[in-house]
Parts: sequence; structure tokens; C-alpha cells
Amino acid sequence: MKIAVCLKRVPDTEMRFAIAADGKSVDTVGLKFEISTFDEYAVEAALQLNEAHAPGEVAVVGLGPDGLGEHLRKALAMGADRAIHLAAETVPYDALAIARSLAGALKEQGFDLILFGRNATDTGSGAVGPMVAELLGLPCVTAVSHLEISGATGTARRELEGATATITFPLPAVLTIDEGIARPRIAGLKGIMAAKKKPMEVRPAELGAEVLSIDRLALPPERQAGRIVGEGADAVPELVRLLHDEAKAL
Amino acid sequence: MADFMVFAETRGGNLRTVALETVSAARQAADASGGGTVHALVCGAAGVAGAAEALAAHGADQVHVVEHPQLAHYNAESVAATAAALIQSTGARAALFSASVEGRDLAPRVAAKLGVGLAADVTAFEVHADHVTATHPVYTGKAVATLRLVGTPAVLSIRPGAQPAVEHAGKGEVSSLAPALDPAAARVVVTEVGARGAAKLDLGEAPVVVAGGRGLRAAEHFSLMEDLAAAFGNAAVGATRAVTDDGWRDPADQIGQTGRLVSPDLYVAVGISGAVQHLAGMRTSRVIVAINRDKDAPIFKVADYGIVGDLFEIVPRLIEEIRARKAAG
Repeated sequence: MKIAVCLKRVPDTEMRFAIAADGKSVDTVGLKFEISTFDEYAVEAALQLNEAHAPGEVAVVGLGPDGLGEHLRKALAMGADRAIHLAAETVPYDALAIARSLAGALKEQGFDLILFGRNATDTGSGAVGPMVAELLGLPCVTAVSHLEISGATGTARRELEGATATITFPLPAVLTIDEGIARPRIAGLKGIMAAKKKPMEVRPAELGAEVLSIDRLALPPERQAGRIVGEGADAVPELVRLLHDEAKAL
Repeated sequence: MADFMVFAETRGGNLRTVALETVSAARQAADASGGGTVHALVCGAAGVAGAAEALAAHGADQVHVVEHPQLAHYNAESVAATAAALIQSTGARAALFSASVEGRDLAPRVAAKLGVGLAADVTAFEVHADHVTATHPVYTGKAVATLRLVGTPAVLSIRPGAQPAVEHAGKGEVSSLAPALDPAAARVVVTEVGARGAAKLDLGEAPVVVAGGRGLRAAEHFSLMEDLAAAFGNAAVGATRAVTDDGWRDPADQIGQTGRLVSPDLYVAVGISGAVQHLAGMRTSRVIVAINRDKDAPIFKVADYGIVGDLFEIVPRLIEEIRARKAAG
């Protein structure tokens, strides 16, 4: 089985956050980056599928600046076979522009599955996966939390709000992967050494015109500093009174 | 004047609250633009036309109904094709979806079909002559981006709970619409939708969310949270990632960066320290209450009201007081 996994490099979610001087981006000084959480689940899902349906390959694909290389290399250390780095100085905000670039790189490569994370942890849009599916004319299932492949047919489970859907789809297909599918493995020393020799193709991202841009990035309005109503169970009546009379929340 | 197309989400043939929120947001924006037409699209099996009344009451002028046996469950391919066709035939300035699981699946497909931009998971938007601006929380809620969409139509998905459902009657004309793609021809097929925790309010739709963290110390202590939810009467029970990772609660109950994003009227955090990943999922709640024994816990920095102390003493008392308050009306 041939599987592609698309990865995004995102700021570490534990980071201290500051807005850059342009008022439109994150101050990257001293910032740590990582592979977006759900994308790591997608890598793990691809590796497990590949192990169960050998022979095949797992290719990891990303769009971003030079720093993306080390994260693609990490996925190679986990066990992916090759990487494609679509080089761009910055990752645009416009999901359609990203999707067009990725679709161009992924088309006619004979992938049985193209996996994405459910959404990136920075912008959180979850749009690129279904857009790539649409551009390539492939079936698509989003937010997959459980997956089985049998021959040319897949069965997926996806969590809705308060319900679970079971879905069948034909291969080739595009899937976005939710938490719960598999715990990402930690690359061992052997994997890290092997990754150094695996192929990484770097080529320009060829981003076209953008229809979505960012005007401004700001810190969220601060919530009013918390008020401690009191200590222990004796504070409860006062809390309930405040919720009723002041906050109008009862 | 700007016309809008709204996708009205249903489940099991019934409108979801997010559908009313989305149509309300469109009504408000249409009126702000000087009185445009709000088109609503509702798809389902026979009988889903019954949803038209509530959509009209919340501002829909034209309700387009697609009924087909194969639309009983979400049929992404057929619905996306139909939505795209309707947006084009109505000449809508903007198309609104809910940023629910279904809407997040649908909106990008429609945007890609039309070759236009998508602003996903927005909390507010404004339509201008040559562009649309949208407010989108990013970086796990640590920042807010103001996005600019150029071109027509603009496609937006609206964060559940961010826009209130408001009764404001539209013209409410109902017509039936043929699907732009035969639902029976779809490649992806939903074979089953099983309710999880039937009869319980969904976290995203409950006006009150009570959430528990590690401070509860054991899975069985979540019965306390269930009792608290029952006392409110309109509450759903959520949990932190630590709790779902430990298997105390279903992973679907997780609130936070990798779980559900909720924005209820009242959020009660019990035994939750307030890790940044958890705050990302609930910090836009209107009123936040925190109960924690550590007075320095970060949750108190976002909470409107806090009580410091032993939750095993505080929560039973809270249940008692809420019950008494409800009984007194």
C-alpha cells in the first residue's frame, strides 16, 4: 500500500506567546516548533497500515520553511520511507493555496491513501485535507478515529457530537485523522540513524494567488481577573447567589 | 444588500441548534447589509421539510429542501455538490456553515469546488463591499486572527455557541430542490450512526458544562459530576485530557485543544488546574466557575468566580444549593 501523510510544522503549544512587530504573525524568536499533534497520529496510522499491508511505502509531505526539514526527518526516523519538502518561506493562511500546492505534488503518484491530521494545532481550520480531496476528485472522510482497510475498501469510524458514525469508502481516498487512532511511536536510535540516509526531495511550493489573508493578529481580550468567592463549602451559597443575581447564569 | 446561503445541519431528521445559530448569524448580517435574502439549505430523508418552520422563525427567507432516502445520514459528496450549486444559482455573497464536525467536513469541500476562500471556525464576521473580515481564534486560543477574504462568494464556518440563535422571522418560503449529485452515487457511505450516551445533552450544545479533572481522583467520583449536571438540568459533563487518557471518561468527553471546543453560558471546572490545552477548549465560555484546592491553579486566572477547597465537600453543597434554587424557581 502506498500512503502519503501531510505534515504541518507548528509552534509548540506550550510556548510563551508574543505578537511580532508586523502585528500579523507570531514572534518566532526563541520559539520551538513541532509536528502538529494530529499529524503525528496520521504518521503512526500510516506506519501501522503499511506494516499490516506490506509491501508498500509511506511518504511524508510538508509545506514550509527550511525548519520543516527536521520535522520531516523525525517522521522518517519513526519509519516513513521518504519525504517531500515543498519549500516556502512562510506557510500561507489560505488553506486553498496550500491545498493546491499539495494536490499538485500528490497527483498521479499512485497513493492509495493520503492522510492528514484532523486539523493543525495553530490555525485549527481542518480545511486542507478535504480541499485536497476535492481538487484530486478523491473520496474523503474527515476526523477518523478508527480505520480498517480490506482490499480496495476502507471502513472508518468518526466521532460526531454525541454520536459515532461508521463509514465505508473506496480506495484511493483522502482521510483526516483524529486522536484515538494510534499512539505515535517514539523514534529509536536505529530509526534516527536510518533516517539520515532516507531520501528527502526539496522543491518550490509553487503557491498561487491567495484569497484569504491575515489583517491582524492580536492577543485575546483578557478575562476579568478571577474573584475568589471564598474557601470551602461555606462559600457555596454566596457563589450561587452571584451566579443568579450578578452573572445571570442560573 | 448581501444575500446569504446557510447550510442547516440536521441529525436523525431534526435540526441541530447550530443550524439555528448559523441562520441567525446570516439574518443579522443580511439585515446589517441593508436587507438581503437568507437562503437555507436543508437535506435529509422524507420529512426533513418539517425543519423549514424553525429556520423561517430564525430568519430564513427561502428554505430549499432536498429529500432523498440516501440523505438520511450525512452524505458529504451529494450535499457539497448541492450546496455549491445553490450558492451559485442564488448568487449568494457568502455561504455559512457551522464549524461542527459535519460543517467542518462540508465547508472546505464547497470552497474548493467554487475555488474560493474559506474562513473556518470563526466567532464573528463582517461583510464589506469588496471583502469579508472574520474573527478566528488561533494558537489554541492564545491569539485572535482577523482574516480577510477577497472574492465572492466567501465561505465561512461559524463556531458553535459563538453566535446566539435568535428568533427573527424571515419570509419562510419553502421549495423543494433536486440534489446536484445523486445521493445514491456517492462513494463514501455512512452505514450507521450510533448515539453515544443517548438522551444526554451534547457538550457543544448544552447551556451549562460541568467538567472534571484529575482532582476527582477516580473514575467513580464522576458520579458527583453527573449529579451536578442533573441539578442544573441543562448541563453536559466534560473532562480534561488527563482524565480521558486515564480512561475515566470517554475520549469524546474531552474538552481542550485535542478535544471539543465549547463555549457554554456557564462552565464549571471542578478539580481542573487549567493547563493551556484545556483552556483552549473553554476560555470563550460566558461565565466560568472554578473549584480547586490549589489557590494558585491557573484556572483561577480565567475564572469569573472561584472557590478554593476540597471539591468533595464543595460540590455536594453546590448540588444542594442549585437544587434549592431551581425548586424555588
